[in-house]
Amino acid sequence: MVDLPILSLLLVLPLVGAGFILFIRGETEIVNTNVRSVALWTSGIEFLFSLFLWFGFDTDSAGFQFTERAEWMPGLDIAYHVGVDGISVLFVLLTTLLTPICVLASWDSIRDRVREYMIAFLVMETMMIGMFAALDLFLFYVFFESVLIPMFLIIGVWGGPKRVYAAFKFFLYTLTGSVLMLVALLAIYIDAGTADIPRLLAHRLPVAWQPWLWLAFFASFAVKVPMWPVHTWLPDAHVEAPTAGSVILAGVLLKFGGYGFLRFSLPMLPAASETFAPLIFALSVIAVIYTSLVALAQEDMKKLIAYSSVAHMGFVTAGTFSFTLQGIEGAIFQMLSHGIVSAALFLIVGVVYDRMHSRDIETYGGLVHRMPAYALTFMIFMLASVGLPGTSGFIGEILVLIGLFQVNAWVAAFTATGVILGAVYMFYLYRRVIFGRLTKEALGRIGDLNAREIAVFAPLIVLVFWMGVYPAPFLKIMHASSANLVRQVDEGRRMANAPGAPAVSLPVLARAQ
Amino acid sequence: MPLGNLPYLTPALPEILLALGGLALLMYGVFQKAGDSAAEVLAARRTGWAAIATLLVVLVVVVALGKDRALTFGGLFVIDEFTRFTKVLVLAGAATALLMSGDFLARHGAGRFEYPVLLVFAVTGMMMMLSANDLMSLYVGLEMQSLPLYVMATFQRDDSRATEAGLKYFVLGALASGMLLYGSSLVYGFAGSTDFEALAELFRHLGGEAPQIGVVFGMVFILAGLAFKISAVPFHMWAPDVYEGAPTPVTAFFSVAPKIAALGLFVRLMMGPFGEIAPHWQQVVALIAVASMVVGAFGAINQNNIKRLMAYSSIGHVGYALVGLAVADANGIRGMLVYLAIYLVMNLGTFACILAMRRGGRNVESISDLAGVARTHPLFAAALGLLMFSMAGIPPLAGFFGKLYVFLAAVEAKMFVLAAVGLLTSVIAAFYYIRIIRVAYFDEPGEALDRTLNPEVTWVIWATSAIVVLFFLGPGPVLKAAAAAAKALLAG
Repeated sequence: MVDLPILSLLLVLPLVGAGFILFIRGETEIVNTNVRSVALWTSGIEFLFSLFLWFGFDTDSAGFQFTERAEWMPGLDIAYHVGVDGISVLFVLLTTLLTPICVLASWDSIRDRVREYMIAFLVMETMMIGMFAALDLFLFYVFFESVLIPMFLIIGVWGGPKRVYAAFKFFLYTLTGSVLMLVALLAIYIDAGTADIPRLLAHRLPVAWQPWLWLAFFASFAVKVPMWPVHTWLPDAHVEAPTAGSVILAGVLLKFGGYGFLRFSLPMLPAASETFAPLIFALSVIAVIYTSLVALAQEDMKKLIAYSSVAHMGFVTAGTFSFTLQGIEGAIFQMLSHGIVSAALFLIVGVVYDRMHSRDIETYGGLVHRMPAYALTFMIFMLASVGLPGTSGFIGEILVLIGLFQVNAWVAAFTATGVILGAVYMFYLYRRVIFGRLTKEALGRIGDLNAREIAVFAPLIVLVFWMGVYPAPFLKIMHASSANLVRQVDEGRRMANAPGAPAVSLPVLARAQ
Repeated sequence: MPLGNLPYLTPALPEILLALGGLALLMYGVFQKAGDSAAEVLAARRTGWAAIATLLVVLVVVVALGKDRALTFGGLFVIDEFTRFTKVLVLAGAATALLMSGDFLARHGAGRFEYPVLLVFAVTGMMMMLSANDLMSLYVGLEMQSLPLYVMATFQRDDSRATEAGLKYFVLGALASGMLLYGSSLVYGFAGSTDFEALAELFRHLGGEAPQIGVVFGMVFILAGLAFKISAVPFHMWAPDVYEGAPTPVTAFFSVAPKIAALGLFVRLMMGPFGEIAPHWQQVVALIAVASMVVGAFGAINQNNIKRLMAYSSIGHVGYALVGLAVADANGIRGMLVYLAIYLVMNLGTFACILAMRRGGRNVESISDLAGVARTHPLFAAALGLLMFSMAGIPPLAGFFGKLYVFLAAVEAKMFVLAAVGLLTSVIAAFYYIRIIRVAYFDEPGEALDRTLNPEVTWVIWATSAIVVLFFLGPGPVLKAAAAAAKALLAG
């Protein structure tokens, strides 16, 4: 089993499926059915293969596992090098889990250009897995940015009325951030002479460079996370994207930023990370409080959930920059939990959108009378989003808060208000959509969840409770790598703060150059 | 020795073959029956294929000549790995552009045998430019290239736009040649030689001191003249008009072969004779590069004619390529050569797509004509989309790698501002490339384009988009060849 090139297999399999779909010929209806089946089978098998990672993962090791390496750019020390550690492996699994769910969720709602749609999703699956598994700076960048292509098309072709604006905004925002990161990657590569991430983790970058490099990374990751004030592309993209597009966007693409902070900013630029931690705390607190309040004022369900995503990701960034074990594990856990819960919430909206073609909260009310199973499902994910004990959301938030309290009680206190505000806007949403009397005539014949939709939600419900009640297996996987990360950051900070070490500040950098 | 006065001809074999081939094609065309338009088109077609064959044979000869540096004609003419690399690009680009042109010209009443002949002569000039090792052979090569190009720009002679384009190109091109010649005479006057090696030797002995002001003046004049030829800002004004007015296959040819030849010449001149006084021209080239990237990015935003848009796009691309030259070391030149190779493929592919935009047998060239083409021609739209994303430099497509190596060199040389400006302008440029994708994919279809595509154009579209997509699998060989070429240039 160990010899199986499992990661390369995971990278190639969706492409094979996409290539197969490309050559399906025949009548449109039959083609569409076949295309859907092929996509579902491909992504399903992909998920089963990815379970090798879960079962074969050595939880005692902090290093990279399942590594593979092949020559890519000879003479430049830039290679095809993939592998996963405790931080990235769970995100790979999240990706392989959400892709078949997306395919299933689009089964009926996408009727136009099904072939292109499924190809886009499968290709995107490869790119997302590659992003998390890449152990080479440039391989990472290639996957990181290539995701723009399918996502741009998914929003623009299958999106809502303002899809063109949303697709352009998404594309240009993220591209601007990531080109600045490319300069930083080039600078790191030139300083270290290698693009190999495991070796770079041991490399000490000049302290004087760190603030600039950190800011360049920040430009890219902050847009992806997204952090206030560069979050404005997210509500637009979410509202206009088709349901499955929103699921992938919220479930996986937003994690690129958080993962980037954990993989690059913290271990490679520890001194600068410490310098800028207050900035991150400030932006996170603003994100948590401000976007929660904005969410409260939304009339569009998807927009509300999009703003809640920004708030939840505020926990992630704050936890990451607490540099404590609990904070970092909490951040990873929160990302996984958010990946499942917000994905599920977008699917929840998708269910009624498919029936009523409206996302306005006003359209609904009293759905519990016609859709009891839907109401129950909605409640589970609503409570998970709020962070009710026993659901996955609770574990992530409590760990982040524990981590933050050790560093700065004020930040922890302000961040904690997000839990309350989250409850306010989610309960308010739930009350308006589900409870009350069913007065609207159009809702008179709305049907409850069908078998396909139940199949979509079932695994997510199981995971929400599993992660909430018994999070140990997940925490165990991430523990060794997180502890190692904390150690690395502490060491880097100590060295930078040692007497005689140059102070980390921008003017110094200006003179150093 | 009976052939005592004859110079050593082997290094110039490709040029000799090409010139003889061009003459033979001319003879063949002239002795065809005139008057009958069908026979004329047939003759044009035959000459076209024969010219493609000639170009490919010459390409093989260029490769077969080997990697060793050789001088001939008393040091006027040089071959090395650098000329080998750039000549292969020029020949491949010219052959592909010619392959795409036959159908268009026949369709638009310009299917005459002179076109392939002119193209072959122009390519001969380009190869001489690339092999020039003296300011005199440089000028002869440049003019040999330019004169056929002026005629080609007006090849659709009953079209007023083409005539205007040709005239503009001629007047401005002549002005540029004049500046170049004036600069060369200044350099000769102050330095006392036109030979590249002698000049390099002379500047080496300066030991870091500034050269005479006349030499710097001459150098700047030469630089301006060459900037005209590669349509770098601020000498780019002719490009949009000429690109728009010239027949589309000619525009396709203009955007690749002469540009690569002039850039190759530019690099040899700057890194060779003037390499020792690089600090005196690096800023100028950096400024030209930045200005080209900015103008290329902003100028294209409001264009509705896709050929005009491509003109601005190529101005921008020249800017990126010049970043490599501004760095002025082996890595920069390597990056630039890789960039040119990728640019060649992307541009040919894009122009093949433009040539495929036909409605009722006539070519159309407005961006809005592509509306909803993803529904009517899904595969064509996919190829166009990939080429546009590649032009915008989005990984994993080839265009990204072109930019990567150029900016790698810039960052390595600590030219952070240049790299940052380049990358930010590439975001702005991405806007207009994805606007084309938006029209093709997001808009509702308008009047449909013709269903049938001409086979040669289709081949080019497939081949180029396949290269663009699959380049990331094995960038090694191109990278190695470019590195060797850059090394040879700096050693020579």
